[in-house]
Amino acid sequence: MGRSLLGCRRGRAIRDAQAHALAADETTCIFGEDVAFGGVFRSTVGLAEEFGRERVFNTPLCEQGLVGFGIGMADMGHTAVAEVQFADYIFPAFDQIVNEAAKYNYRSGGMFSAGKLTIRSPCMAVGHGALYHSQSVEQFFMAVPGVKVVIPRSPIQAKGLLLASIRDPNPVIFLEPKVLYRASVEQVPEDDFTLPLSKAEVIEPGKDITLLSWGTPLYSCVEAINMLRNPPASIAEHFPKDLRNASVELIDLRTILPWDRETVAKSVAKTGRCVIVHEAPITAGAGAEIGAYLQDKCFLHLEAPICRIGGWDTPFPHVHETFYKPETVRIADALVRTLSY
Amino acid sequence: MSTTARLLAPLRSAALLRPLAPAMAATSASSRLLHTTSSQAHVDTSSTDGNQPQGHLPGKASSVFLTSLNDSFFDKVTPNVLSGSNNAQGGIPTFRLLDGTGKLLPGVTDAMLDITKQEAVRMYETMMLLPVMDVVLYNAQRQGRISFYMTSHGEEAAVIGSAAGLDHSDEVFTQYREMGVLVWRGMHLDDMMNQVFGNEGDMGKARQAPIHFGNPSLHFHNVSSPLATQLPQAAGAGFALKRTKGRENNVVICYCGEGAASEGDFHAGLNIAATTKAPVIFFVRNNGFAISTPSTEQFCGDGIASRGPGYGMLTIRVDGNDALAVRAAVKEAKAKCLAESRPVLIEAMTYRVGHHSTSDDSSAYRSRDAVENWKKMDNPLHRMRSFLSERGWWNDEMEEEIKKTARKRVIDAMNRAEKKKRPSVTSMFEDIYSGELPQNLKEQRAELARLVKKYGKSEVWAKELNKHAEEGRDLEKY
Repeated sequence: MGRSLLGCRRGRAIRDAQAHALAADETTCIFGEDVAFGGVFRSTVGLAEEFGRERVFNTPLCEQGLVGFGIGMADMGHTAVAEVQFADYIFPAFDQIVNEAAKYNYRSGGMFSAGKLTIRSPCMAVGHGALYHSQSVEQFFMAVPGVKVVIPRSPIQAKGLLLASIRDPNPVIFLEPKVLYRASVEQVPEDDFTLPLSKAEVIEPGKDITLLSWGTPLYSCVEAINMLRNPPASIAEHFPKDLRNASVELIDLRTILPWDRETVAKSVAKTGRCVIVHEAPITAGAGAEIGAYLQDKCFLHLEAPICRIGGWDTPFPHVHETFYKPETVRIADALVRTLSY
Repeated sequence: MSTTARLLAPLRSAALLRPLAPAMAATSASSRLLHTTSSQAHVDTSSTDGNQPQGHLPGKASSVFLTSLNDSFFDKVTPNVLSGSNNAQGGIPTFRLLDGTGKLLPGVTDAMLDITKQEAVRMYETMMLLPVMDVVLYNAQRQGRISFYMTSHGEEAAVIGSAAGLDHSDEVFTQYREMGVLVWRGMHLDDMMNQVFGNEGDMGKARQAPIHFGNPSLHFHNVSSPLATQLPQAAGAGFALKRTKGRENNVVICYCGEGAASEGDFHAGLNIAATTKAPVIFFVRNNGFAISTPSTEQFCGDGIASRGPGYGMLTIRVDGNDALAVRAAVKEAKAKCLAESRPVLIEAMTYRVGHHSTSDDSSAYRSRDAVENWKKMDNPLHRMRSFLSERGWWNDEMEEEIKKTARKRVIDAMNRAEKKKRPSVTSMFEDIYSGELPQNLKEQRAELARLVKKYGKSEVWAKELNKHAEEGRDLEKY
């Protein structure tokens, strides 16, 4: 991939991916609440000016309407990129996504398809988003045959996975961890490129334990690994010296549905131990599905119970966020418990 | 290691979270708003005449000021033509060309009808075919030969009249009681029966319940059970159509009932079609009932038509039992849709003569007499037939001939469909995703294959396997 590299913020990566999609395919339109002036997270800055208001436009404030509208465009063979302003507000469109977009191809025997629809939506915690600007919603859609659910962790990932999602012949829900919009900076290729869907990525290979996550908590996972290796003096007593050199295999799942069973099961069969981390509540979270699958496929290899770390089974709180989220300490504690089982 | 470094780098800045972006956006938006309002307010205060339209509201071009609270409340939107008329008490008027007996209303000319003998006869023949199919298939359901059915009794004129007002290449989104559009467009009876019977000839691969038709070559998008979901989809399809070279003369028509019009998607669909200026005709069949719920419990306003102006939408109410009026209204709606680049709302007033579906006995909530009276008093088929007979375009012999041949055609097609096998068992796992079968589905298909191999001879499974193409042998390779 010969190309120049450009310092790029995540919001910019998503903006650039959409610019490539608009440039490459004349039928592509981008729409949603407030996207024309650049979007409340600046993800569509300059696109209306560059490609015209007929292709990048505001819709009325109505999620079921704008998702249904996108399905109709896709049904006519046009590429539709719909933005739902916060994943917390995707629920009014739940019917259109679950009963319509997901089943369009199946119910018509392949005669009609909503495959050219991509729904982008900011998700996960942001520090002070409280109940309706913080939610992780992937588990609701993980139970829906016919849609794909994708969550990137960084600007390069966001650009490559978003372009792949827009071009995938199936409806994709693309959830963007919003805390990373401005925080996460890396060199992103200027070119049009894609990353494969339904492929997990082993970020750091290891042999003693598998640590699986996606989106924002991956950064806490990295910190947790560092905490295990080199715990601060204040809590060092809880990290036994013989565990500090444990080799942790860190995996980014990237696609929640259909998820990469092979990579994850292979890793857990090798390490025999697994910690799954997500921000969504534990009960019936994606970790439940993955954990159940792993105990089935890796039963004889497991040395410890599969451990799930997530939000508590409460609504996402405002002032209690630090104690709600799967923070570094909780993940590090899970690593110690699972390693020492 | 470098990957980890990349992952770690952002953590430092992540600690310095910015304030929520939307809060920032809201601030800048409201400051823009304030600016606009204050400059307008300056103009407003210079005017002293209350009857002078004022541009005092953002997004609303003009509105006069009133000082009387009583005059300021309102609950009706009445077309201009009625102001001062004795008829104004009746609310929004209804467009019709034929009276209840099929005679042209005073002032209606042939030029207004704008129809050839050939087309009028074809309309009536298609209208007649619908109850024939309905009777045969309704009885087939009663005999357990098909699982479910919904008739179109009483709404033949609304559906065929609207279909006749369009070109075959216009895109159609429906609720479920509009299979007449497919009949009008010439869908083969065998193809229709294959869907109803769910056999391997069904273009939709027998996955949906009966009457959930779809046909891409006839531009008829697949029916789905969830009500009103097709409305915002139709808006998106209309918008796409507008952007497609070579299809500038096509529109979308989107049907729903007056019950479905209570769904949020009705509001969503009409509003987004209006703001995106999508060429869509929203056609509401107001037949008085949503299953058992009478329209008096569905809405308090003046039907569905009164809502159109609220969306800034061109709107018409039409006599849904007057096939020629419906056809004329739809033709004109299409012309206006294209010329003015905007959606149109049509409310067709009709009556659901049949039960809601084969799972419903409507005598539980309305009297049989009421239905029988309606059939006699305002029958769309009789009306169309009288119109044709009066012109010498139709006679009793033709009527008998059509009835006989139509019934035979329908029964023959039904018998052919009934003999066909269902699609293969493994086809259940296909088309969930385009062009791929994810690992979980491969595993589940293999699991079913294992079970069928082991238990396929059990009574229930053996009987069912026998009904499918390949009789389950397609599972063997998994």
